[in-house]
Amino acid sequence: MHGPSTKWAVDHAASLKRVLGLWMVILYFIVYAGFVVINVVSPSFMAVDIGSFNVAIAYGFLLILFAIFLAAIYNHVCTHAEEVMKTMRPGDEPAVSEEGHS
Amino acid sequence: MNYAVSPWAIAIFCAFVLVVLAISYHFARQTKSAAGFFAAGGQIHWSVNGIAFAGDYLSAASFLGICGMIAFSGYDGFLYSIGYLAGWVVAMFVVAEPIKRLGKYTFTDALNAKFNSRGIQLAAAISTLLVSLFYLIPQMVGAGSLITPLLGLPHEAGVILVGTLVIIIVATAGMASTTYVQFLKGGMLLVFSLVLVFLVLSRGVSTAPDQGGDVPFRHSTTIKVNSWNGQELSLSDSSYKIAGIFPENLGKLVFVKLTKDGHSSFWRLNAQDMALEETQTIATRPDGSKLYNGEPKERGKFYQVGHMSRIIKDGQEMQKSGTTDFFSFIKIIKDGTVVRWLKYAGLSDGEDKVTVYYQQPTEGKELLKPGMKFKVDKARGANTANRLDFISLMIALFFGTAALPHVLIRYYTVPDPASARKSTIVAIAAIGLFYMLTLYMGLGAMINGVLDLTNDNMSAPLLAKSFGVTIFAIISALAFATVLGTVSGLIIASSGAVAHDLADKFFKFKMDEKKKVLWGKLSAVGVGIVAMALGILFKGMNVSYLVGWAFAVAASANLPTIAMILFWKKTTSRGVLASILVGLGSALGMILLSQETFNEVYKIPHIKSLIPFNNPAIISVPLSFLTLVMVSLLTQRQEKARQAVNTEQM
Repeated sequence: MHGPSTKWAVDHAASLKRVLGLWMVILYFIVYAGFVVINVVSPSFMAVDIGSFNVAIAYGFLLILFAIFLAAIYNHVCTHAEEVMKTMRPGDEPAVSEEGHS
Repeated sequence: MNYAVSPWAIAIFCAFVLVVLAISYHFARQTKSAAGFFAAGGQIHWSVNGIAFAGDYLSAASFLGICGMIAFSGYDGFLYSIGYLAGWVVAMFVVAEPIKRLGKYTFTDALNAKFNSRGIQLAAAISTLLVSLFYLIPQMVGAGSLITPLLGLPHEAGVILVGTLVIIIVATAGMASTTYVQFLKGGMLLVFSLVLVFLVLSRGVSTAPDQGGDVPFRHSTTIKVNSWNGQELSLSDSSYKIAGIFPENLGKLVFVKLTKDGHSSFWRLNAQDMALEETQTIATRPDGSKLYNGEPKERGKFYQVGHMSRIIKDGQEMQKSGTTDFFSFIKIIKDGTVVRWLKYAGLSDGEDKVTVYYQQPTEGKELLKPGMKFKVDKARGANTANRLDFISLMIALFFGTAALPHVLIRYYTVPDPASARKSTIVAIAAIGLFYMLTLYMGLGAMINGVLDLTNDNMSAPLLAKSFGVTIFAIISALAFATVLGTVSGLIIASSGAVAHDLADKFFKFKMDEKKKVLWGKLSAVGVGIVAMALGILFKGMNVSYLVGWAFAVAASANLPTIAMILFWKKTTSRGVLASILVGLGSALGMILLSQETFNEVYKIPHIKSLIPFNNPAIISVPLSFLTLVMVSLLTQRQEKARQAVNTEQM
């Protein structure tokens, strides 16, 4: 049979992570699509100055930094959710953990 | 251009190769099981794996190709950086954890975990092999063309050297040695790119860059034109004799051949300034030999170029900017004028075919916006098909990254899904940082007088060379390691597809652990030999677009299935199978019928292709999604019956 090489504990946070991940991809895709569309529709707008940079460079750097930023948030939330929901049984409501995390 | 081989470069290169072999030898003794060979036993720390991701992913196309493209075409090269990175968002948020949770060694495992269908097994293995192959060819060809300037060896020797080393890395210890080689390479690439960028910024910008004092700046000559009436020309300097006038490109470009003291040279007429401007030429003689600026290559008459003709800082025009920073460096280029060198191939001088490189002063602000290379700007003559092509490429990069086989297999080297996620963050941060640096390295190469007009891929190493031989040697060894790293990742992915997906799971050969490892090693050797043969076969061809194809096929055949299995409960095994086949078929079919393939592969540029764009993703990705949904909806009942049978068997 197929299957992972190791067995892990049941991941109660799986569905939360999946939904969060999906929304983050959609959010990033919108920002990315905006960049592609400006490139095609109005390349001259890309040359407008923003401080030392122009829109093209500023937007490009922003896309890279935004990816790193979203990834960090996603990981933070996921790690926290895994901690909090580690002891839950299927069907339990997410509860405030004993250490006081919410 | 002629490259002098430096002993330092060879020494550092050899040291690197020895370290790589030592790593392979060290891990070889630990690789006894299939899990050890295909997934490094799943015991790699996430931070190491993250940097190894960067090592895997920052291929020669990323490092040498993007820097070269920025150095020659400005901002457009950076669009690749943005697209290549954006794809990691999909890898991070959608693919990383589930693929680790579902699979064992390969992407096919994960895809088939729910269905256990032999059809999916076969189709996914074939798509893995095809994508790997598309990706392998440019890497191997790149290896050959890199070795020539670095070590003075012929193309074939370069390909065989890389092929042999990679086979040793992979066949001794599989994924474990590959991972640590990637880690080493990824880490060093980041560190030395940072060093290089700091050196570029601290040197600043000059209108007469002299490579840090090593190579005196060559002021290009102009000759005043007394009169020009469209046919006849008279010069102020009578020591030059006019040997020919060549109006090219419908008279938009006029080249003039002059002779003086028995030497002939080509000049470009600048009718506006009434002057002849110096050009550089490569003439191919009827016997196939080549003359560089009228002389054999060894004479070294073909010189490096690239400088700014006008620098404005704080509102004042100046010769030298002094030290710059991340912001002022860009601003100086944006406000000034850069002398680019454009290529005109196709001038016929008697029996000689002449390629002319001529100067084109370009406003910095034009260079720092899109449109020099990609046709996106209507004002520069872009049509709808050009723009769809660009969108299609950006779609392929976004959806393709997360589905590349050598990226996917790296999720199996870490202990658990959370580690898979964490290593992806490290990868995004490392790769993102590197791609931001590409802009500075590319622009640095553009204006530091280091460009070799015949080889844009050498821009970044040559930039390093202007800061001294040591950093050149290190960057060159890294460039080589880049090829080595990516190739070994791809070969492991292919070997997994052959040995694990096909031999073990599809044909169900009876194998114990030992035999599985043997199969893995043998298929690695086999794929390695095929890769070497292709690298030699495709020598001298412009194969960089093959990487774009690899992304397009991965995005069309692999990604829709992964995404839908995760997010849509009604996905059926037949839907998945149909989606892989339709994605693969439509992407491949459109690639094989595209104009680029007509021009580059079949060599029939005069025949007009019916498909208006070169990158198929804009059609094939939605088509693959649509197929999956339609077929899944139509086969709901069969799926339930099939699942019932499967459950009974278990």
